[in-house]
Amino acid sequence: MSKPARIRLLVNGVPITVAPGTTVACAILIAGIPARRSVTGEPRGPLCGMGICFECRATIDDAPHQRTCQLLCAEGMEVGTS
Amino acid sequence: MTERFDILIVGAGPAGIAAAVTAAAAGKRVGLVDDNPAAGGQIWRSVDAQPVAARTWLAKLAASPIVRFQGWRIVDSPSLGVLRAEGNRGCRDLVYNQMVLATGARERFLPFPGWTLPNVMGAGGLDAMVRGGLPIAGKRVVVAGTGPLLLAVAAHLARRGAKIVAICEQAPLRRFVPFLRSLLGEPAKVMQGIEYALSTFGAKISTGCWPVAAGGGEVLETVTLRQGKWQREERCDYLACGFHLVPNLELPALMKCRIHDGFVEVDHLQETSISGVFCAGEPTGIGGVEMALLEGEIAGLAASGKVNEANKLARRRSRRLGFVRALTAVTELDPRLKELAEDATLVCRCEDVSCGRMREHASWREAKLHTRCGMGPCQGRVCGAASEFLFGWDSGSILSSVRPPLYPVQVSSLDHPDKLTYQGDSIEQISMLTSKEIE
Repeated sequence: MSKPARIRLLVNGVPITVAPGTTVACAILIAGIPARRSVTGEPRGPLCGMGICFECRATIDDAPHQRTCQLLCAEGMEVGTS
Repeated sequence: MTERFDILIVGAGPAGIAAAVTAAAAGKRVGLVDDNPAAGGQIWRSVDAQPVAARTWLAKLAASPIVRFQGWRIVDSPSLGVLRAEGNRGCRDLVYNQMVLATGARERFLPFPGWTLPNVMGAGGLDAMVRGGLPIAGKRVVVAGTGPLLLAVAAHLARRGAKIVAICEQAPLRRFVPFLRSLLGEPAKVMQGIEYALSTFGAKISTGCWPVAAGGGEVLETVTLRQGKWQREERCDYLACGFHLVPNLELPALMKCRIHDGFVEVDHLQETSISGVFCAGEPTGIGGVEMALLEGEIAGLAASGKVNEANKLARRRSRRLGFVRALTAVTELDPRLKELAEDATLVCRCEDVSCGRMREHASWREAKLHTRCGMGPCQGRVCGAASEFLFGWDSGSILSSVRPPLYPVQVSSLDHPDKLTYQGDSIEQISMLTSKEIE
């Protein structure tokens, strides 16, 4: 089975199309929104890119607090940022 | 669910891959656990423009009978001989006779005003994002911090079409003379350096230079750079900023391996203070990919009982230690970097604890108890190394606060039966997956 040329997913309900092998953190960056808000409300995005800093965490298919830099986008995935 | 291995390896970067391939070639039943979507670690991330060594080792890995847990992270070491791993679908215990810690390193981040803005990332951090699919062509990037990673990242991003606005190395120029001399025995690194220089041609490299502030509203817009008494502002889309590397010591510390001067203590065969527990790569000293491969091979051989062969490689390793020392010396942080964080600048990004609040306390422990710094999801992996530098807190005391679980886990993993029910099954009864990842 060959991989689809593009993968479609939803980031906060907005459709985003990415190449196969794209991480969810990149999809959030491409969407141009912060991955999360800090405890005092600051916008935050990825820092380390390697699953250490937890700044890119978001909800993926109803599972909260996923480190999006370590997960690949999948067709139909629903990503929610806080 | 439990699985048993002769040799279990944690981390599938160069050191872990070399250890796994070597041990599997010696006929051992090998398990390899790694928390990323693919093997290769941070340096061999993605298939884009892989060096020959990466392709060679990744091909060997694919051809070896190794049980791979890709996308799994070690969350606990319930007792010597057992590691608990969590994947997306739950938790399992991995039982081993011997193990190799190849947990790699992360970047050291230093706080300055604006460093928490989106699009301020680590140098390796931005590189990882680009390898993970972030379009960078035409984007303005400032690369800053310290260490050879800056040039590697700038070269890679430039090849991808980024506009490298500036490369800022905090070390003063005079430090590079002894460093370059240490490279004489490292022809591969000299070639790499020449390649980086050609790729980033046109970008100005400033030494003794660092970012003092990042500006923007919801996202990064400008970076203010200081070099001596000169200060200038650059408009940019990304700031890639990392101050060299610090080893990932949480698992070695949890297992109570002896740690000296910020690194795991090993003997000439890479064995730690715990018999049967080996360590290879950056946790034993930041030495780069060639050193990591060598140490991985030594650990894989030694753990497989091939001591003579391991000894031969160990002699080669000792000849490379000069480069490790030179790298440490050249990346030593300028004390003026401590003044970048203002009272209001956040140091702990998980709990939003400011430098001013943390500075009031005498130790990491006291600061944690009073401010919650280091108690968020990252468990001090970012602010711990920064605090060590900013406040002079002892790295040993920061590591002594490591507790299981090593990462936030699913509630179902906490409910995992805390006992070893694995009895009776022989190794043959476990399905052997060759070059196939366990989901």
